[in-house]
Amino acid sequence: MSEGQKPKKARRKSVPPAGDSPVATRSASPAPLAASTTSAAPAATGANSSRLGVRKTYKLYVGGAFPRSESGRSYPVRAAWDGELLAYAAQASRKDARDAVVAARAAVGKWSGATAYNRGQVLYRVAEMIEGRAEQFAADLVAAEGISWPAARRTVAAVVDRWVWYSGWPDKVAQVAGGANPVAGPYFNFSVPEPTGVVAVIAPAESSLLGLVSVLAPVIATGNTAVVVASAERPLPAITLSEVLATSDVPGGVVNILTGRTAELAPVLAGHFDVNAIDLTGVALSARAELERLAASNVKRTFCAEDDWMAVPTPRRMLAFLEIKTVWHPVGL
Amino acid sequence: MADTEAGEADSAALTSPMATTASGPAWEYAPAPESREIVSIAPEYGLFVNGEFAAAKKGRTFATVNPATEEQLAQVALAGTSDVRRAVAAARAAYERVWEPMPGTERAKYLYRIARILQERSREFAVLESLDNGKPIKETRDVDVPLAAAHFFYYAGWADKLDYAGFGPRPQPLGVAGQVIPWNFPLLMAAWKLAPALATGNTCVLKPAETTPLTALLLAEVCQQAELPPGVVNVLTGAGRTGAALVAHSGVDKVAFTGSTEVGIAIGQAIAGKGKRLTLELGGKAANVVFDDAPVDQAIEGIVNGIFFNQGHVCCAGSRLLVQESVAEHVLDRLRQRLTALRLGDPLDKNTDIGAINSRRQLEKITELSAAGEAEGAHRWSPPCELPSRGFWFAPTVFTGVSQSHRIAREEIFGPVLSVLTFRTPEEAVAKANNTPYGLSAGVWTEKGSRILWLAQRMRAGVVWANTYNKFDPASPFGGYRESGYGREGGRPGLAAYLDV
Repeated sequence: MSEGQKPKKARRKSVPPAGDSPVATRSASPAPLAASTTSAAPAATGANSSRLGVRKTYKLYVGGAFPRSESGRSYPVRAAWDGELLAYAAQASRKDARDAVVAARAAVGKWSGATAYNRGQVLYRVAEMIEGRAEQFAADLVAAEGISWPAARRTVAAVVDRWVWYSGWPDKVAQVAGGANPVAGPYFNFSVPEPTGVVAVIAPAESSLLGLVSVLAPVIATGNTAVVVASAERPLPAITLSEVLATSDVPGGVVNILTGRTAELAPVLAGHFDVNAIDLTGVALSARAELERLAASNVKRTFCAEDDWMAVPTPRRMLAFLEIKTVWHPVGL
Repeated sequence: MADTEAGEADSAALTSPMATTASGPAWEYAPAPESREIVSIAPEYGLFVNGEFAAAKKGRTFATVNPATEEQLAQVALAGTSDVRRAVAAARAAYERVWEPMPGTERAKYLYRIARILQERSREFAVLESLDNGKPIKETRDVDVPLAAAHFFYYAGWADKLDYAGFGPRPQPLGVAGQVIPWNFPLLMAAWKLAPALATGNTCVLKPAETTPLTALLLAEVCQQAELPPGVVNVLTGAGRTGAALVAHSGVDKVAFTGSTEVGIAIGQAIAGKGKRLTLELGGKAANVVFDDAPVDQAIEGIVNGIFFNQGHVCCAGSRLLVQESVAEHVLDRLRQRLTALRLGDPLDKNTDIGAINSRRQLEKITELSAAGEAEGAHRWSPPCELPSRGFWFAPTVFTGVSQSHRIAREEIFGPVLSVLTFRTPEEAVAKANNTPYGLSAGVWTEKGSRILWLAQRMRAGVVWANTYNKFDPASPFGGYRESGYGREGGRPGLAAYLDV
């Protein structure tokens, strides 16, 4: 994957020097396509590069594979800093969203049936692998979010720490959210939390990696599978994350990542009858009511909370996608 | 099926001759009616708002009837939108000025008071509930009312211990809760809604069901007796439109609804994007799975309790019996024999097992779905059972030869109608049990412990009763998966529904 890294490294010169305050997204003035493609980052034209770089094709991540959109569509993704063309991302269609739900549903049995210890180890391995690609992720963030290199590195460190935090939860959450219930009768009664199933996640629009990880990790830590709609304007860090997931031990289909237009994809997922829950955190306030209305059609669990992504989380994002199952049995001879 | 000799003039219509069971004549029981003298029902009831009873602003009322006799019990105020506004304003004022600032220790003592008064007036509540709802006195006396008191007692103790409930320090209440409850357990559902909401510092506007308003109004009187500050609990009687106005009111921060999935979805859609918190406890179509090694005597009792408790007006009723093919005939023979001994009749008779259907509308729904069962080819059976000539009644009914596509295997009947399906392997049992959009409850009957746990893990249901059925406790979380709703009532998880966590 070092090929994918090169263009970003080459872009260092065009972003603020270390120590600068994060730069707000400015309205990119889209350059003519021909001009963009010649000067675009993926061309790897850094001064110290004597060979022609190999550009990465950004695709969807569905069922453990990297398909293009079945619609054949893509859309240009531009740098937050200067509007330069970074790449063409796949523009997922409604059919891609439905396919992703099928993949997520198929993965529920194995993932939710894995032991909590096993899920914890698999998630920890994801953290290990992000750490190993820290520079690539930082470069992605510099390009996608227009933040400084030190800020990007701090963000990647927070991303790794977030995964580590959630890696420890699978074999603890049942003891926090469940337990024995002292009923007034000769019964043994206990409650256990279980995953709700397939969870659609509309990832935060601004925080393209830390925000994404902060909404995704709690969903899968508890045994759910996820269909994620990545930030529409900043989708590339999500695809790099999917490369990590694909090469870690997370089974295919547990995480599915779609890039494209949130307004096109979110209604499909909100109204999908084989989706159990939806996290609307990345949805614009104006679109929320319609999505909640669609989600009500099959009694989806809905959750929506824009957290301070740098702060240590609470268990609530996990609890939002858990069902409490209570089992009774008589006590007697 | 033996019926009871009704003891009172107005229940004479309930009399029916003794039936004959498979093993000879059923024992005839002498009538044992509970006296209704303990309850004095006023001719008219007002809304309970800000600690006082008052007529609806527009003066509209509706009748509530005894479903066992169709006798009118009282006229009850019909709350309109202006009444909703007044009640929500009272709840808001009480929330801000009194209830939320009050130390948990003090809130707890109010709830303990309510629990104690419920216990002291339990017989009164039981009789009133049986009159208004039609359910047998032995159920209101032994289940509904004691459990309602227990819920207040349980949550009273949480009021000053919320810091230790596992939600972090000082978890905050949500504000004003709009609570809409069904007619199948009128008092108990009121307790399930009010107790955790009040313990956590919220104030409430409760909308009881149209056909069963009386015990909620008596509970309001109990709140007065307990000297609960005005506005902390408000009771608005009315029909669906009253409930719709309540949940949609912008001053309601939290909506809690128990009822049909259809209405639950409508509520979810109505309040979409409004930023209100919502918990739903909706319908069910539970599978009660009986394996070939099940303890048959207990299983038969569990099957009967599962579907005929409260005339099957139970969201978690075991309405689909899944019995292993090798024992199906034996289990069904025993079941038919047992059903022949059930006594249907006067709800106030202490010997009555099956009371009245709650309303004509519900009776029509049960009748329609049962007819669909026959039309689709299932075999219908009921024990010999003469129904009283007045009131709303439906004989216990068992359908065999039911396939998964039949409406009676898919739709919630909410009546004393059991659909029997068979299976061969445990995997098939799980697949059939989960083949429903609902997921509220499930039952499993087997002597093999590992199989119980195996099945319990695979059931997509919020409550699994193993070798028992229809057991409830305030410490035990209750609520559904999938289209049976979300959120839990009871236990520690029940607090989360009313806290900003």
